[in-house]
Amino acid sequence: MSIMAEPSAEGRFGEFGGRYVPETLVPACQELEAAFREAWSDPTFVTELDDLLRDYAGRPSILTECHNLGAQLGIRLLLKREDLNHTGSHKINNVLGQALLAKRMGKTRLVAETGAGQHGVASATAAALMGMSCKVYMGAVDVERQALNVFRMKLLGSEVEAVQSGSRTLKDAVNEAMRDWVANVGETHYCLGSVMGPHPYPWMVREFHRVVGKEAFAQCNALLDGPPDVVVACVGGGSNAIGIFSGFVDTTARLIGVEPAGGAAVGRGVPGVVHGMRSYLMQDEYGQVQEAQSISAGLDYPGVGPEHSYLSSIGRAEYPAVTDAEVIEAFKMMARSEGIIPALESAHALAWIVREAPTMQGQVVLMNLSGRGDKDVEQMMEILG
Amino acid sequence: MSASTPTSTDFGTMETQFRAKRAAGRKLLVPYVTGGLEGWQQAIRAAADNGADAIEIGLPFSDPVMDGPVIQEASQRALDAGININIIFDQVRELDVEIPLAVMCYYNTIHHAGHERFAHLLDAAGIVAAIVPDLPLEESGPWCTAADAEGIETVMLAAPTAPDERLPRIAARARGFVYSVGLLGVTGERTSLAASATSLAGRLKAITDVPVLVGVGVSNAEQAREACLIADGVIQGASVVKRLMDHGPEAVGDYVAEVRAAITF
Ligand SMILES: Cc1ncc(COP(=O)(O)O)c(C=O)c1O
Repeated sequence: MSIMAEPSAEGRFGEFGGRYVPETLVPACQELEAAFREAWSDPTFVTELDDLLRDYAGRPSILTECHNLGAQLGIRLLLKREDLNHTGSHKINNVLGQALLAKRMGKTRLVAETGAGQHGVASATAAALMGMSCKVYMGAVDVERQALNVFRMKLLGSEVEAVQSGSRTLKDAVNEAMRDWVANVGETHYCLGSVMGPHPYPWMVREFHRVVGKEAFAQCNALLDGPPDVVVACVGGGSNAIGIFSGFVDTTARLIGVEPAGGAAVGRGVPGVVHGMRSYLMQDEYGQVQEAQSISAGLDYPGVGPEHSYLSSIGRAEYPAVTDAEVIEAFKMMARSEGIIPALESAHALAWIVREAPTMQGQVVLMNLSGRGDKDVEQMMEILG
Repeated sequence: MSASTPTSTDFGTMETQFRAKRAAGRKLLVPYVTGGLEGWQQAIRAAADNGADAIEIGLPFSDPVMDGPVIQEASQRALDAGININIIFDQVRELDVEIPLAVMCYYNTIHHAGHERFAHLLDAAGIVAAIVPDLPLEESGPWCTAADAEGIETVMLAAPTAPDERLPRIAARARGFVYSVGLLGVTGERTSLAASATSLAGRLKAITDVPVLVGVGVSNAEQAREACLIADGVIQGASVVKRLMDHGPEAVGDYVAEVRAAITF
């Protein structure tokens, strides 16, 4: 059996996961779980989603070998190009799956949280495509630093609410989206943007991102003799990482999930419960959730999806952290050496590769380029002057 | 009755009192006060002096998903003032009010402290019950085991979305009372009592003799009266906290007296 099997009936991966939600949402989570289970084993649904991923999102995404950077670093560097998907990141894989499922369940409205705005844009896009209404919650801090994506969501017909509570970033946007869901649970589907939250989300979102790992595995097989030596992805909630890990978890490849130094849930957290799940969580001595600090809005999250906590606890994946300064260097490096402007989130993965390259000489390193950097150009303009 | 329902000899302090008061024809009134908010101890004393049957003390949490803007702000103010559970429990010991005290806290506060340790901390502070709004039935086992062992009554919440088969299981696990969630939504004041408030209370009353109290969205004396036509009592949250923040502890006393009068039939 794969290490990434279905979670237990209670939605646990080892001792992580579960369903810690207000009573109001328990029936909704149960209903969603049943609907997903049924749809995921229905060839009609799977085919419909595959068609959308191919004809609308542009899958499969290509694999690009970075000859310049590879030579510079003394490794063979492969990029899984999720940045080339429609809407510019991996987020569309999950969103098309959830929106299709929501429609099948008879829901007419989506709510979503967003950090960098990529999940919000993807949700707004799917809502426009499928004729659903959509409201996106975004921390006020992020509304400011990702203004372009805010405008994109509005263009697509979604309402965007700037969340003023708490740290005014991703974690507070999740709280507000959950409050909305509690109040409107009948007609609304909560389109959660990562492998986090209450069961069945961590499992369902992983399944919708499996396509990344499946494609990458086949592409690596065609290019190499076996799996790559190392598979690297950035980790906010952990969806792009779980997607690519899923293709290699049962191989010998090292799996590396890179967290921002200011949001290192696995690295610095202890198990806690927030947003419906038990997982590693940055918190103070009284269990108050701490505010993450990262240059990248999409990784500015004090928790992590429960399956990552599990993969860490059994030693199958490693979760190092990189600093904002290292990320900025990596961002510039990829632009200059390869002609690819990465999302700041994805630049975390490269930052780790650059730092660790001396210990990986001659190895094949596969990195998930989870998104493109258009949304970050304005912010970088300010930082770089 | 299911195996986990306590017999009359081992009801906890709060449930014993609530059942006796109900038998005497009294409706139960439980005001909510955010622990650590300026004037909170005086507000609790004022509530106790003006007809409250128990107090629900909110333990401020960074991520209160079941709370609307008023209680969110109260929590944030208390946290910004440096409040933590040690300070709150110390100050609870100084309260010396006669009525039972309960805490309302998010599960991570318990999880982080440790189940047994947290139950012990409550008991040591003289708190008899706990309400944990993000701990549904399926996840409640470890906490309930620790709470039962320490004699802490765990109030279970029931929501309007619950199918019929779920309600008896919730009631069987409830100690103290069943918290009948008044509407689909988070805490906060509403202009009218949602129809779901009385319909869920009615569904619960039909299947359990554990006291049924309506909370969330019971925003004034008139709405409390309406809820008490069906339910055994009400929890008043945002309307109490708002008065404390805007007008101070005496306003809480006046308000509790007003609600008490309205629910005295
Ligand atoms: C491009 C990109 N990568 C990664 C992330 C982080 O999310 P996850 O860890 O779920 O992949 C985001 C989130 O906004 C993103 O936009």
